[in-house]
Amino acid sequence: MNGSIARLIAQRLALGVAMLLAVSVMIFAGTTILPGDVAQTILGQGATPQAVANIRAELGLDAPAYLRYLRWLGGVLQGDLGTALSNRQEIAPALLGRMANTLFLAGVAAAVSVPLAIGLGLLAVRYQNRWPDRLISGLTLTSISLPEFFIGYVLIYFVAVRLGWFPSVATVYESMSLGERLSAIALPAATLTLVVLAHMMRMTRAAILNVMNSAYIETAELKGLRRATVIRRHALPNAIAPIVNVVMLNLAFLVVGVVVVEVIFVYPGMGQYLIDHVAKRDVPVVQACGLIFAAIYIGLNIVADIVSILANPRLRHPR
Amino acid sequence: MAETLLEIRDLRITAWSHPPGEEPAEITIVDGVSLSLERGRVLGLIGESGAGKSTIGLAAMAYGRGGVALSGGEVRLNGRDIRTLPLGRLRDLRGREVTYVAQSAAAAFNPAHRLIDQVVEAVLRHRKIGRAEAEARATGLFAKLGLPDPDKIGQRYPHQVSGGQLQRAMTAMALCPEPDLIVFDEPTTALDVTTQIDVLAAIKDAIRDTRVAALYITHDLAVVAQVADHILVLRNGRAVEYGETRQIIDAPREDYTRALVSVRSIEHAEAAPGTEAVLAVRGVTAAYAGGLTVLDDVSVEVHPGQTLAVVGESGSGKSTLARAITGLLPPIRGEILFEGRALSPALPQRSRDDLRALQMIYQMPDVAMNPRQTVATIIGRPLSFYFNMRGAEKAARIRELLEEIELGTGFADRYPAELSGGQKQRVCIARALAAKPSLIICDEVTSALDPLVADGILKLLLKLQRIEDVAYLFITHDIATVRAIADSIAVMHRGRVVRYGTRTEVLTPPFDAYTDLLLASVPEMRVGWLEDAIASRRMASGGQ
Amino acid sequence: MNWRTIPLTAWIGLILTAAFVFAAIFAPWLAPYGQGEIVGGVWEPRSAAFLLGTDNLGRDLLSRMIFGARTTLTIAALATALSFTLGSVLGFFAAVAGGWTDQALSRLVDVLMAIPTLIFALVVLSVMPVSIPVLIVVMGVLDSTRVYRLARAVAVDINVMDFVEVARLRGEGRGWVIFREILPNALTPLVAELGLRFIFAVLFLSSLSFLGLGVQPPDADWGGMVRENRDGIVFGIAAGLIPAAAIAALAISVNLVADWVLTRTTDLKGGRGG
Repeated sequence: MNGSIARLIAQRLALGVAMLLAVSVMIFAGTTILPGDVAQTILGQGATPQAVANIRAELGLDAPAYLRYLRWLGGVLQGDLGTALSNRQEIAPALLGRMANTLFLAGVAAAVSVPLAIGLGLLAVRYQNRWPDRLISGLTLTSISLPEFFIGYVLIYFVAVRLGWFPSVATVYESMSLGERLSAIALPAATLTLVVLAHMMRMTRAAILNVMNSAYIETAELKGLRRATVIRRHALPNAIAPIVNVVMLNLAFLVVGVVVVEVIFVYPGMGQYLIDHVAKRDVPVVQACGLIFAAIYIGLNIVADIVSILANPRLRHPR
Repeated sequence: MAETLLEIRDLRITAWSHPPGEEPAEITIVDGVSLSLERGRVLGLIGESGAGKSTIGLAAMAYGRGGVALSGGEVRLNGRDIRTLPLGRLRDLRGREVTYVAQSAAAAFNPAHRLIDQVVEAVLRHRKIGRAEAEARATGLFAKLGLPDPDKIGQRYPHQVSGGQLQRAMTAMALCPEPDLIVFDEPTTALDVTTQIDVLAAIKDAIRDTRVAALYITHDLAVVAQVADHILVLRNGRAVEYGETRQIIDAPREDYTRALVSVRSIEHAEAAPGTEAVLAVRGVTAAYAGGLTVLDDVSVEVHPGQTLAVVGESGSGKSTLARAITGLLPPIRGEILFEGRALSPALPQRSRDDLRALQMIYQMPDVAMNPRQTVATIIGRPLSFYFNMRGAEKAARIRELLEEIELGTGFADRYPAELSGGQKQRVCIARALAAKPSLIICDEVTSALDPLVADGILKLLLKLQRIEDVAYLFITHDIATVRAIADSIAVMHRGRVVRYGTRTEVLTPPFDAYTDLLLASVPEMRVGWLEDAIASRRMASGGQ
Repeated sequence: MNWRTIPLTAWIGLILTAAFVFAAIFAPWLAPYGQGEIVGGVWEPRSAAFLLGTDNLGRDLLSRMIFGARTTLTIAALATALSFTLGSVLGFFAAVAGGWTDQALSRLVDVLMAIPTLIFALVVLSVMPVSIPVLIVVMGVLDSTRVYRLARAVAVDINVMDFVEVARLRGEGRGWVIFREILPNALTPLVAELGLRFIFAVLFLSSLSFLGLGVQPPDADWGGMVRENRDGIVFGIAAGLIPAAAIAALAISVNLVADWVLTRTTDLKGGRGG
């Protein structure tokens, strides 16, 4: 660790914070500045003027936009995400439990898909241009074309309905044991895994191949080193940063994929929560969920960047 | 009689090519090449690009780069045919009996590990010695190869040392396992000429002292003449001529070898400097956005119909001078007079006629032409842009220009991708000529070309200069080119002109220190030049 | 071009894609029943009268599939066209203009891309009336950020090449530089991207409709049809899988074509192959 690395990481973190602020502006603007009267849209055309006025007051629509933004941001910074329009309850406590569920589901899917994708990616490199590699690249082409709900319902239809192995609806509640929980989310986790697996695999393969085509790998081979040594000592240290990047990018995909998967399996997570409230036009909830999803997304990208900085020998050992 | 170490017999190397829309076809890269090398001797493999010299060098390690297959013949190292050995056995001999020095050490060293770890890696893999002993051996080699601070330099990472030092470290890496044979693949090509001479001398001493045999691969006959005992000349994957170094240099038997040896034998009588100048650069200072000064008070003149060669190594500022003159990098101070008038410093303010009269030719003809335009479009655009030529008149002028650059009118409808490197550069010349310029800036125009092709381009440029009466500002790092074509010379070093005058003046002693170093570093096509050059340099530094 | 050199996979892709487009164009003539017409019982199995059975309201599934092709393909195509025009024009402009214009546009795109597309679309759709023009605009604008990035990157790469400098030194104007020097060389990667963006649009629209925030009933749309028939799946009725499979088939076939175009055009760059 040295000064220049610390400075670069600090810069990256600051950039992340700035990005988060900009994103919050964007999300706020996305629900505010768009054409049309928000209150009218929320209530529909048949609403009474009185109801519209009530909503306007509730959302504070009479204040100028920047003031409303600052108020909202101030609340968010203190952990106050506002009050839901639909049930007049505080958003933060409800969202917290939902978020835990979502992170649990995404975490299980990541725990399965990341090692699997890296392992299969290595396999594809090992058998480059032979049948395992071709099979993998064929599957990738197919899998990036499959919508999440196709995979999800195929799994429900065959595994849950025909075979009856796992429940088709992923119900979880407080008193469940870990085993019961895992069984409940087996199918949604499998769906998510399938959604990101092929893509992550292909990108891992590309990242490793890129390193394997370097001149220094040839040097290592011409030293008569064993294949395993070449990979462990010469390829791996240089492949870490690109692979971490691939993983982070795909975890970001996964976080988005969660939304649809939760709806398929009626899983009580943040995605389902978001969709329900979009349909109810519950703007404060939508803003809060949007901000959290974006924050996770940005956070993953920052982690990837910081790993790249740490893994770069030029930065670690400056001239 | 000395014992034979490496014997290659009737070697055939092939690869699969996959042309679009056609069945994959097998192409032959090396065809029926034989050679033999005795223990402790150096064999030079020489040829232009596509000659198959690197491929043969790697074949001595039974290694095929990127899907290349050693499909026939024998490669006998220490008495056994290694071409057909299984990979496991090959791994036991690679890095032990034979090692490799790559052209770009910067790419060949793993950026993630310290130099010392990489240098001793093969030793620890193959020889039964401890780490401390291996490191001591490596340190000794660092000292022998003239690396500064040999005890500590191994602790550095590749990006922390210079290119010349890395190349020495790579040589140390190759020597460390005490192999019987080292394959040197253009080890000094990527270096500046003043760095090259030291690395070359270090390599030569190391080879002599360790009595290791070597295959020395290069495209530069003058370089190989300094290190090799024998030379094998290759062309398009076949052997052209084999002989002792002295015989190849002094009495080549084959026409192709003769052409290679006599390259740069262009005679160009130096013109007397006129009083008027087509271009006068006066006290130009320029800097990039970061504030780094790259041109410092530069003054030079180009006389009508003559050639000013601007020579210098990488980082000397010679290409920046071109950017300042063309208006891409407006100078901070100083002025540029063109045909007697002051040129606007920035490009957008220049008149169309100024732009027309000042043309440029680039180092890489591949990227200097729009790949989606035909040759006729490329040459024709300046005609319509500057002279409003249309239809038959334009077509006739295009034909004329194609004849002038010795390509022939059949090339008009071709795309750049369908041309060879030399042909591309000719089209770029035609495009510059089409504007009827009074000055053409030639930025390293022959550097990316094989020597024979480059020679053709230089001859063409000189011929065109006589016909069209055009002046050249010729930017190059190659002293031989300068000697061949310049009327006057400016030597640049770290952004300054350190020596400037007519060709005779600049190339006649007494020299300033840098010009002396530069001139003394250019390899000459004779055996023993390296020793002389090093000796005279030692004398000079001893005398000071 | 020789049709014999087209690989089998590309043929499959081309034929399937053509079939989908054909169904979309001639939907009213091809469909045996109207798209909203209730013609039988709920989730009737396959029969001679209803080749794919009926849906959750007793409408003919095949007819709805055919009309759905029309809705899905039209919206996706229009959104792709919008995202492409917007993204490439702004991308080229930023690359050639450089300086502040480039900075401002690029940072804006960075921020937009820091929000997952689906999430941002949901945020916007929570306050907008969900109609087809709104869907097209939202999808097109959000996706144009990807096209912008690609177009700008490609144009920046070409912009620093010597042949562009040659044109500048010759005194050519910005129009010539963009349209004659840069555009012809940028077209190949952009066209290859077009197929991928279209697939993305199809999948994106289907996801929105599946979530109930895309095409609204009673209009037929593949994603929406999955939603309508999803309850049947739990009872072992596969009606909901058919539109889902159609989306997958369309996406795979366009992908096969795009893949082929991509390899073909990258080969072309190699010139005479040597």
